Amino acid sequence: MSEVLTAPLVVEFPFTRSLGPVQSAFLTGLRERTVLGVRARDGRVVVPPVEYDPVTADELRELVEVAPTGTVTTWAWNPSARRGQPLDTPFAWVLVRLDGADTALLHALDAPGPEAVRSGMRVRIRWAAERTGAITDIACFEPADDAAEQPHGRPHGGEFADPVTGITAPARLDYTYAPGRTQSRYIQGLAEHKTVGERCPACRKVYVPPRGACPTCGVATGEQVEVGPRGTVTTFCIVNIKARNLDIDVPYVYAHIALDGADLALHARIGGIPYDQVRMGLRVEPVWTEGARHPDHYRPTGEPDADYDSYKELI
Amino acid sequence: MSEPARGPVRDVAIVAFGQSEHVPDSAETSEVEMLMPVLHDVLARTGLKARDIDFTCSGSSDYLAGRAFSFTMALDGVGAWPPISESHVEMDGAWALYEAWVKILTGEADTALVYAYGKSSPGDLREVLTRQLDPYYVAPLWPDSVALAALQAQALIDAGHTDARELATIGAHRRGRPDAAPGRQVVGPLRTGDCPPVVDGAAAVVLAAGDTARRLADRPAWIRGLDHRIEAHALGVRDLTDSPSTRLAAEHAGAFDAPVDVAELHAPFTSQEVVLRRALRLDAPGSTVRINPSGGALAANPVMAAGLIRLGEAAAAVQRGDADRALAHATSGPCLQQNLVAVLEGER
Amino acid sequence: MSNAARAKEPVAVVGVGQTKHVAARRDVSIAGLVREAAQRALEDAELTWADIDAVVIGKAPDFFEGVMMPELYLADALGAVGKPMLRVHTAGSVGGSTALVATNLVAARVHRTVLTLAFEKQSESNAMWGLSLPVPFQQPLLAGAGGFFAPHVRAYMRRTGAPDAIGSLVAYKDRRNALKNPYAHLHEHDLTLEKVQSSPMLWDPIRYSETCPSSDGACAMVLTDRAGAARAPRPPAWVHGGAMRSEPTLFAGKDFVSPQAGKDCAADVYRQAGITDPRRQIDAVEMYVPFSWYEPMWLENLGFAAEGEGWKLTESGVTELGGDLPVNPSGGVLSTNPIGASGMIRFAEAALQVRGQAGDHQVDGARRALGHAYGGGAQFFAMWLVGSEAPAG
Repeated sequence: MSEVLTAPLVVEFPFTRSLGPVQSAFLTGLRERTVLGVRARDGRVVVPPVEYDPVTADELRELVEVAPTGTVTTWAWNPSARRGQPLDTPFAWVLVRLDGADTALLHALDAPGPEAVRSGMRVRIRWAAERTGAITDIACFEPADDAAEQPHGRPHGGEFADPVTGITAPARLDYTYAPGRTQSRYIQGLAEHKTVGERCPACRKVYVPPRGACPTCGVATGEQVEVGPRGTVTTFCIVNIKARNLDIDVPYVYAHIALDGADLALHARIGGIPYDQVRMGLRVEPVWTEGARHPDHYRPTGEPDADYDSYKELI
Repeated sequence: MSEPARGPVRDVAIVAFGQSEHVPDSAETSEVEMLMPVLHDVLARTGLKARDIDFTCSGSSDYLAGRAFSFTMALDGVGAWPPISESHVEMDGAWALYEAWVKILTGEADTALVYAYGKSSPGDLREVLTRQLDPYYVAPLWPDSVALAALQAQALIDAGHTDARELATIGAHRRGRPDAAPGRQVVGPLRTGDCPPVVDGAAAVVLAAGDTARRLADRPAWIRGLDHRIEAHALGVRDLTDSPSTRLAAEHAGAFDAPVDVAELHAPFTSQEVVLRRALRLDAPGSTVRINPSGGALAANPVMAAGLIRLGEAAAAVQRGDADRALAHATSGPCLQQNLVAVLEGER
Repeated sequence: MSNAARAKEPVAVVGVGQTKHVAARRDVSIAGLVREAAQRALEDAELTWADIDAVVIGKAPDFFEGVMMPELYLADALGAVGKPMLRVHTAGSVGGSTALVATNLVAARVHRTVLTLAFEKQSESNAMWGLSLPVPFQQPLLAGAGGFFAPHVRAYMRRTGAPDAIGSLVAYKDRRNALKNPYAHLHEHDLTLEKVQSSPMLWDPIRYSETCPSSDGACAMVLTDRAGAARAPRPPAWVHGGAMRSEPTLFAGKDFVSPQAGKDCAADVYRQAGITDPRRQIDAVEMYVPFSWYEPMWLENLGFAAEGEGWKLTESGVTELGGDLPVNPSGGVLSTNPIGASGMIRFAEAALQVRGQAGDHQVDGARRALGHAYGGGAQFFAMWLVGSEAPAG
């Protein structure tokens, strides 16, 4: 009863990002082992190149090629690499001002330990073996004590054959979802094929599913009230296109159902009747399938239809 | 920028503040179950009912929850019926307070309820916050929030503005354990003692104008100035040892016009407290300011609410009579990219 | 309200900018997209980045682009460095709410000139993915976005006895209007009413042609005070009233067909603007109609028609561009839907109408126009009423 539920929740998508001209030139350049910056209004060379001036907001387009070697401006020792980071062994995060640049780029530095890293140290880019036109074409930086400081950057037209115009940025975040006390109670009731709403102590309305608060009174619901199992279709639509990730043959009816004793409708599919015979006022009951958390669908009870006036306040 | 506007036209005060217990894992409660008692508490302090409030504004983040439109369910705890005048920022609640303050200044509202909540426990906060970063050049590297703060800390150490010992002292004091060890290294130079605890929590304040504020509270905390500023996004173009946006916001809020008794700084990392104290000139010789008597974000950092809590704690210090003039600060974004400063005063 | 020291500063819209809305803007970054709209708004106002005191930005859920609090990354592109920047999120109504937050900054005399902007770059992900992230233990939404709204349309039809064809009339009108709007996403030159009426029934009673597209787009406005308006190169639109109202997502007694929050929001705006007979006093309406049937539903909710009578205005042609209450002369959400920007586009198009700057979709002599946005489970409302004349007082 008091058990609180949790479940894994994965939010994952491969985002498709179009780049615009400056970012396209920079990332295509990385593919070609060329590092580009952009000249800001105050003359500074900004690497990686930004599209808009961080001081004046002007659009920036004047590209400059800088060196693959540079100087660490600050660093942080990462003793345990995390998912998605550039290296899977301990490494240093670094901001590196590349030779010819006036600002710093964030990346990883492959170093044996924190004692081998300091601000001011010289580093060079280690290129990824396979490059696609992404910031990860820089595999990481590596120490380069021998690398002499290179002269200033030189103008670059930013033009490359077969430019990269977009990147795919996969992102996955893992959560543990906890619906809280009230919804846990509700879900545990469903496991016994019972639909248990909760009554607001102030307005006396019965909420199904209960969500912890009476949304009109702003107080906790508490008193449990079993509702249904039968109910009335208050309104519906006929779905003719397959919804994402749902394996239901179309057409089917998606209905709002006011369970007997509940003060608002819940949503469910209607089965056991041709889709074009479903109507407002139809009396229905749940059909459970083995192991399912929610009723698979609702089917007609065979009772006479409910009178419109009896459910119109629940639409 | 065009010439300054003619200035606020009304006196507005924080008249009540409430917050939840901040816990490492709140699986017991949904967001609304966590928030609702705080709303009840803060309203009870003023004697107001939800329907007496003219404007409601909240701050929260879908990315913390892992669900789109997560704020719509939190609204259930308000009791928004009959319909209410209401808004939401996808920012720390300190900026919700700013929106509510502006609303009261227009004269369209005399009272406002501001709330914020955040549950960090469902996700991996360090990973979630990487999604705030430049989506083309930085986010694909997944640099976590502690790593970025560590880069800032090292820059401060290199510049001679602090050292590991001072950072450890700050961390220990804010947690009320002056003798505590700094803990293991998380991302060097930062140790566990330098980093905020990951917690879930909620907070709320009530704002009121003029005589309404005087009626609702014995000693309202008057908002004498409130301003916020943002900096460039890329870490590599910023001077991480400074916080020009904090200084600018403080100037516009009038923070430098007179010394403050208390400063509540939203510094999730010890090193960021050093940056903020410098930007706000709190370490001036002879300064008697008490910094983060609440413990600040190092004691409890419910993301999206921690900034609003600084405003609430500073106001509470004024309301209790512990301070006549207090400064509150809130931050957002990597390495203090965006900052808000408020100056609060008791009745003279 | 009591003890207001003095009246609010009048607020004027002096610049409006939009991108050409399309399914996918593959030539620009997210920053490039918002920048384009902002730059156009500045050009319209003949102002520079240095003239802007603060930026207020809005969009729908961050998951759409996969960037948490993207205003942080967009600060540089929007010239916000060293300035205040606020990010609003009130679901589908956000474009309208964002404009109102910006309006208040000027009305409260906190700032003189504010840039406000809303956007969505839906091509970065997939709107249906963003809208239906799975939540453990909950029954998945069984029907997609249209399936959420279609039952309410059926309820409206049952309640009013409206003929089945009304929805198709709205869709045909809005898509024809869009042909006169160079920024609209859908330009269906060979559309006929018959084609609308024979398009596939997706979520009966909603047909394919009665649904909104998924767009990449941004919309921006420059808002300023009386002094700023006096310097504006083109006629300003004056804000005569603005309001937001919210009600819970789901509750016992909720009227999805005509939500109370919508009625209250409109009433507040009309009170501020001195509107007593909206049907006669308002010359053009840009309302948030993502599915065609919402036009007659909102006509009633907003007080343009008595309950049960909204569809008659649509049927009789009153809401056409040449009718006496043109609704969505821009082509509306049915023709253009960058979700987070859609509300601001309504507000901006209303402003263009009273400025006389709406081009081919200009309503002749429009002096007062209503911009309307809604979102969530028909629970969040934002509206403003703009006029060609400065508000009295």
